[in-house]
Amino acid sequence: MTLTARLLTRLSPGFTLDVTFQAEPGVTVLFGASGSGKTTILRCVAGLTRPHTGRIAIGERVLYDSQTQADVAVQERRLGYVFQQLALFPHMSVAENIGYGLAALPRDERRARVTAAAESFHISALLDRRPDRVSGGERQRTALARALVTDPDALLLDEPLSALDYAIQRHIMDDLRRWNEARRIPVLYVTHSHREAFALGDRLIALEHGRIVASGSPHEVLDHPAQAPLAALAGFENLFDATVMARHEQAGTMTCLLAGTSTELEVPLGVAAPGAPIRVAIRAGDILVSDREPAGLSARNVLPGTVERCIMQGATVVATIDAGARFTVHLTPGGAETLALRPGPTVWLVIKTYSCRVTGPRNSAEP
Amino acid sequence: MDWEALWLTARLAGLVAAILLLVSLPLAYWITFSRRRWTFLVESVVSLPLVLPPTVLGFYLLVSFGARSPLGQFWMAWTGRSLAFTFEGLVVASLIYSLPFAVQPVAAAFSQVDPTLREASATLGASPLRTFMRIVLPLSKQGVLTGVILSFAHTVGEFGVVLMVGGNLPGVTRTVSISIYDQVQTLQYAEANRTALFLLAFSFTVLLVVHGLRRRPLAAAPMA
Repeated sequence: MTLTARLLTRLSPGFTLDVTFQAEPGVTVLFGASGSGKTTILRCVAGLTRPHTGRIAIGERVLYDSQTQADVAVQERRLGYVFQQLALFPHMSVAENIGYGLAALPRDERRARVTAAAESFHISALLDRRPDRVSGGERQRTALARALVTDPDALLLDEPLSALDYAIQRHIMDDLRRWNEARRIPVLYVTHSHREAFALGDRLIALEHGRIVASGSPHEVLDHPAQAPLAALAGFENLFDATVMARHEQAGTMTCLLAGTSTELEVPLGVAAPGAPIRVAIRAGDILVSDREPAGLSARNVLPGTVERCIMQGATVVATIDAGARFTVHLTPGGAETLALRPGPTVWLVIKTYSCRVTGPRNSAEP
Repeated sequence: MDWEALWLTARLAGLVAAILLLVSLPLAYWITFSRRRWTFLVESVVSLPLVLPPTVLGFYLLVSFGARSPLGQFWMAWTGRSLAFTFEGLVVASLIYSLPFAVQPVAAAFSQVDPTLREASATLGASPLRTFMRIVLPLSKQGVLTGVILSFAHTVGEFGVVLMVGGNLPGVTRTVSISIYDQVQTLQYAEANRTALFLLAFSFTVLLVVHGLRRRPLAAAPMA
């Protein structure tokens, strides 16, 4: 079954949600910054918010159609919804929470379904506890089990894992994937984390200011972000305004000058003509650092610079290096130690041409 | 102690608290969750007895209980009795007078229930009624109990409205607070003191229970 949605609704002055998309069975990631309209899409599909005009259907079943005035009540839409705040019922045990949506079933069958769902999500040992007596990851599992045990026609997940650490995220997501393999329902997964999007999504829809700006596989969309805001979200920590200086058709590159600096970068050949403004996006983890001037490299970009700042963020050393422009570089603690990286000395940055992604200039709305 | 007045007061307050419980649940639900623009109007009407002098309320009730008013005529035709100066009339007057004390704690408790819990309940297939019974009401237990206790206590203590609408008929409309007034008028100070002390202890106990339930500083709900 495929979920199809066409939604048009004004949310606040100057902010209109206007999207049309399909979600096939499997995980479709709705990706975008907060305020881009992701949650509103889920709420419209679930029936918690009524769009101004549009049509929502799962397979042949129409949930909402502004033309025929069809509007199926929330409780009759048969969709699973996991809220960002989870919304577990605090006065019920984990088992009662999971069984809440099964009120129509006979007691024995209800108990069997709850037991099975709890097993799939590894929370069998917690069934008698209240939600405030289990861990964060276990609460997420409970919320997922509660939504899935009702055998919904589609699953709507609003950043359900963002509060958890990566290992637990992966584990829960594996459970969810396994669960969905047999059922093959469309799962809409809202997130602003590119890591989650890569890890989970079969398809990705990128949103910005209530509009779809890109869609495709997570790699297609996030590795070549067409817009600057999307690039920042997709994990490109370095974003530079630049001007094309020269095109080298033979070498397959072009030279560009970073705005406000005398730093030049060799980037992949694009369609931009000399003099055209572009943006260059580089992942902080794609930049090599050397403590002496490297020689004999295929990399086209070797830039001298000085280390301004070095801080630990979790298991990553984040260095700010001034090489004309200010670069953010991610290193492993081991790597930083080998280089004896500290503010002050000159270092060299090595950046492959293909690590430089060319995106449209700032403010160009369409790809 | 005027045991007859005490028993009458207990019956009156118990009946009023029970009826107000049934009335306040839908009313508070409507005030809290309705999206209509004029809920504030209903809220104001419900709260009116809080600020209105009891004699004003009592006066208008007495007028509307009279044989020339539609309510008075209807009641007379239905029961063959008048509402004024009867126990039934006292119940009707007390319902109106104590209404805000039942509705406001319940409405406050309803509005404290996280709206996403109600939404979650709906996405899990629950009708609005089931959501109310299984989610909103259990999570508002304390507010509902507070409303019952406050409306009971407030009915026990009312004076002005009772005097205006019910007068002072032993066994029919003479409540404890009227009884104290009566005792003072006839200079039975020792007797009045006993009754007053009893009411003081009762009121204090009620507040202890209410605050013990809430275990929060004075909230929006009115105190008796």
